[in-house]
Amino acid sequence: MNYTDLFRATLPETALEVAALLVLVLDLSLMRKAALKARVAAAALLGIAGCGAALWAVLLQGNQGLVFKDTGEFLLTTGGYAAVAQAGILVLTALTLLLLVGEVFTHHIGEYVAVVLMAAAGGLLIAAAQDLLVIFVGLELLSLGLYILTAFAKSSGKSAEAALKYYLFGGMSAAFLLFGFSYFYGLSGSTNLAEIQRAIAASGPSPLFYVAWILVVAGLGFKVAAVPFHLWAPDTYEGAPAPAAAFIASVSKVASFALLITLSLNWLAPGQGHGSLAFLGGVYQTWPALATILLVIAAASMMVGNLAALVQVSVRRLLAYSAIAHAGYILLGIAVHPVYNWQESLISFTQSARGPAALSANAVLYYILTYGLTTIGAFGVVDVVERATGSDRLDAFLGLHKRNPVLAAVLLVLFLSLAGIPPLVGFWAKFNLFAAVLANSAGVVPFRLVALAVALSAVSLYYYLQVLKRAYVMPAVNETPIKAHPVTLAVLVGIAAAVVLLGCFPAWLQGWIGSF
Amino acid sequence: MLAWTIYLSFAGALVQALLPKGKAELSRWLALAVTVAGLALAVAGFAAGMGQGRVIIADVPWVPAMGIHYLLAADGISRVLVLLTGLAAVAGVLFSWNIELRTNEFFAFYLALIGGVYGVFLSFDLFLLFVFYEIAIVPKYFLIAIWGSTRREYGAMKLALYSFVGSSMVLIGLLAAYATAGSHSTSLIALSHANLPVNFQMWCFPLVFTGFAILAGMWPFHTWAPTGHVAAPTAASMLLAGVVMKLGAYGCLRVGIWLFPRGLDPWGFSFIGVGSWRDVFAILAVVGIVYGALVALVQTDFKFVIGYSSVSHMGFVLLGLMTLNQIGMTGAVMQMFSHGIIAGLLFAIVGRIVYERTHTRQLAELETMHLSKRLPFATWSFVIAGMASMGLPGFSGFVAELQVLIGAWSVKPWWTLAAGVGIVVGVAYTWRAMQKAFFSDKLPTPDEHPKTGWPDLGAITWPEYTGVALLVGVSLFVGLYPRILLDAIEPAVKTLLAGGGQ
Repeated sequence: MNYTDLFRATLPETALEVAALLVLVLDLSLMRKAALKARVAAAALLGIAGCGAALWAVLLQGNQGLVFKDTGEFLLTTGGYAAVAQAGILVLTALTLLLLVGEVFTHHIGEYVAVVLMAAAGGLLIAAAQDLLVIFVGLELLSLGLYILTAFAKSSGKSAEAALKYYLFGGMSAAFLLFGFSYFYGLSGSTNLAEIQRAIAASGPSPLFYVAWILVVAGLGFKVAAVPFHLWAPDTYEGAPAPAAAFIASVSKVASFALLITLSLNWLAPGQGHGSLAFLGGVYQTWPALATILLVIAAASMMVGNLAALVQVSVRRLLAYSAIAHAGYILLGIAVHPVYNWQESLISFTQSARGPAALSANAVLYYILTYGLTTIGAFGVVDVVERATGSDRLDAFLGLHKRNPVLAAVLLVLFLSLAGIPPLVGFWAKFNLFAAVLANSAGVVPFRLVALAVALSAVSLYYYLQVLKRAYVMPAVNETPIKAHPVTLAVLVGIAAAVVLLGCFPAWLQGWIGSF
Repeated sequence: MLAWTIYLSFAGALVQALLPKGKAELSRWLALAVTVAGLALAVAGFAAGMGQGRVIIADVPWVPAMGIHYLLAADGISRVLVLLTGLAAVAGVLFSWNIELRTNEFFAFYLALIGGVYGVFLSFDLFLLFVFYEIAIVPKYFLIAIWGSTRREYGAMKLALYSFVGSSMVLIGLLAAYATAGSHSTSLIALSHANLPVNFQMWCFPLVFTGFAILAGMWPFHTWAPTGHVAAPTAASMLLAGVVMKLGAYGCLRVGIWLFPRGLDPWGFSFIGVGSWRDVFAILAVVGIVYGALVALVQTDFKFVIGYSSVSHMGFVLLGLMTLNQIGMTGAVMQMFSHGIIAGLLFAIVGRIVYERTHTRQLAELETMHLSKRLPFATWSFVIAGMASMGLPGFSGFVAELQVLIGAWSVKPWWTLAAGVGIVVGVAYTWRAMQKAFFSDKLPTPDEHPKTGWPDLGAITWPEYTGVALLVGVSLFVGLYPRILLDAIEPAVKTLLAGGGQ
């Protein structure tokens, strides 16, 4: 490993960091006296340019990585599913930056954009990381950014409260995660995922391994807001400024799920016969308990998320619980994930695998990317309505189809997509994921969980319709038009159009993900 | 050619959604033009398909990774049901000519629903069919919730959730079938040859069949139907009863019975005479026939009478499907067509012609209005529609129900006997409703005759005349010359019964 390699492998992250610094310089020195509008436009544009440069770097990198010289194992990978996740992170980050236009929650716009870009860089790192230390550094970079973003509306008590809650939960979960990592190191003498995997495969799983895994799952369960580590989500979604909430709901999720894919590819893979649990249908030849933990969390998240969302009156909290439910679906895909030969090197896997595991990883990526896109749009709509009515209650959406027909139509498309109605992209996301789960394992338990997930998405239609009912059906209390900034409106319409188009032609995105 | 029915409807929906507000007249004519064009295509497709078997219309890879094709095809059953959809769509537009509230949005949802229905009837790919099936759910919700009447939000939500639960069951079954078949094609034709394991079919068949049958109004999952029909605006009730319930029955036939034929085999043991899923669903169908008829007999709301009569008539469809013989299943498809026309007509008379003038659907209030004198057109239309609904010879219903009963007799005579009871009660409730609503000579207050004559109820408008003439004409034509449909249905049923994989 020399510095050229390091630079090449971390080019996207570097691009983001440079852009962050440029934004700070521009905003704090050159444009200090400029009007807020101009500063927002400049900062957002510069941030988007940074994302574009990083995206370019990601797409050009190809399948290689950063190898640690002493062991010959990867620290970071490039290409493969990591590149898909990274590209997704960058596109979604750019979209959340576009939502900044017309925002009024802060004057410190340069700092805001810089923090967003740095957090996104953390996301890029953890999507590609193959080493516990890199993972932890990336996670902290991302998380610290998120705490700051949540607290960014300085005049809002809610924002401060949400940030504090998020921070306290997050700090605790980071401690869990680090504690789990230390056990892994203790068990294997290495921080590299592949080496840990080999060491444990050689010695057989000791009970401590399970303890460590549970601690790690607790830490990551917090990041993806899975039950029972989800308590921060409703408060944070409700209190954070809308662009920050959109960022938390999309980018941070993509990064965390990419990390979960990495971990499960390394650790949940079937190995050299450590027994199996009969009730899982004999699919998990190795360490079935690991997958079982994920399955339990997935089932709990689907249940709690969907059922709790039924009674919400705040649309942001509703989105938070629906996010918990979606995390449950995705965890299902992660848990019954990898049936691939882990003895092959990672690179040859990412290049060649077209087997069930690739299908499942692709399905998870497809789900999380399209979910991220949809949820950013949903927060965009909520934000516009909230600014016009001062509330994100369900009743704030009364008569939206009269007050702003375009916004109402966008809301219709996005929420129906979240509910999984074809031909919108949310349907294909669920469909791919469930089909991949069933194709990977003919076991009884995964099938029942898929059945549960499908049944619960029928439940979810109810609460999405509660919002749409107010927007379209119930009489308006106030018929004054709601004005949205043209840029915001264009972004939202673009997102809705993407949701429709990707849904009508699901093979586009699938093909793109499959091409890495 | 038939594929254009789908695209035309969706394009119409899109144009309607983008139409500026306050152009109600334009929006109506546009909707009429689109549906008439759809009907013309359906008729042309029907005529062109005469004497042909299954014709592939379009076959394009859609989701190559999973073997899903955009596969449209039509056999005799599809063509008949597409024709029904075309007729119901035109009639529905004619009877919603008086929609003034958010007209363009109404027709946008309306045409989206129609497009989804056409799509279901023409899809020969498992998941394509499912996609179109789900597309039809959402517009129904908004049509009822926005433009409906009695307890519309409740009725709409109930209907949407029932439909979605049904389609979830279907989706689970389809995913399981896809995973089990392990084939790289999701075309119905390929899957029907997939030889799915018998024990798999044994649990997957009832799941998928029930999922579809919920939308077909199978007892005891029928409760969405009366509330939904009553809450819906006239055109939506017509479509609900006319084509949407057929989507469910069509799914039962095309997916349930075709893909999982062994699911109908005997279990190998029998419990009080019930020895297979076939017996179970046949009994539920018979219960639906009798129960729907009996409940219709005691309704006080005119529209509820029609709503429950739909449950009863759809029971015939399901019973016909469960006979699994040529004549019974032909009768089932015939009944789908016939009920689609007749129920549409009944809902149009009750919901549009009568209700929009009297502003009540309570039979007790209609009794005092002497409608036979004041609305002779409505009265005689209802008499004709009621006779068709009772299954009098000369109307389409007769041909359909007779075949179902003959088919059922050859399997288990008591099914026919029980269903026969349903027909008798059917005569009773139709007669009762007709008498109360139109021919009663009760007065508001017993000793007082109106001196100045009855207030004017408003003349019948041309869309109403046209719509009634269209539906009555079709029902009579098919009743007198059933061969025109039977020639299309019979070979298709034969192919389907011969099935694959056995």
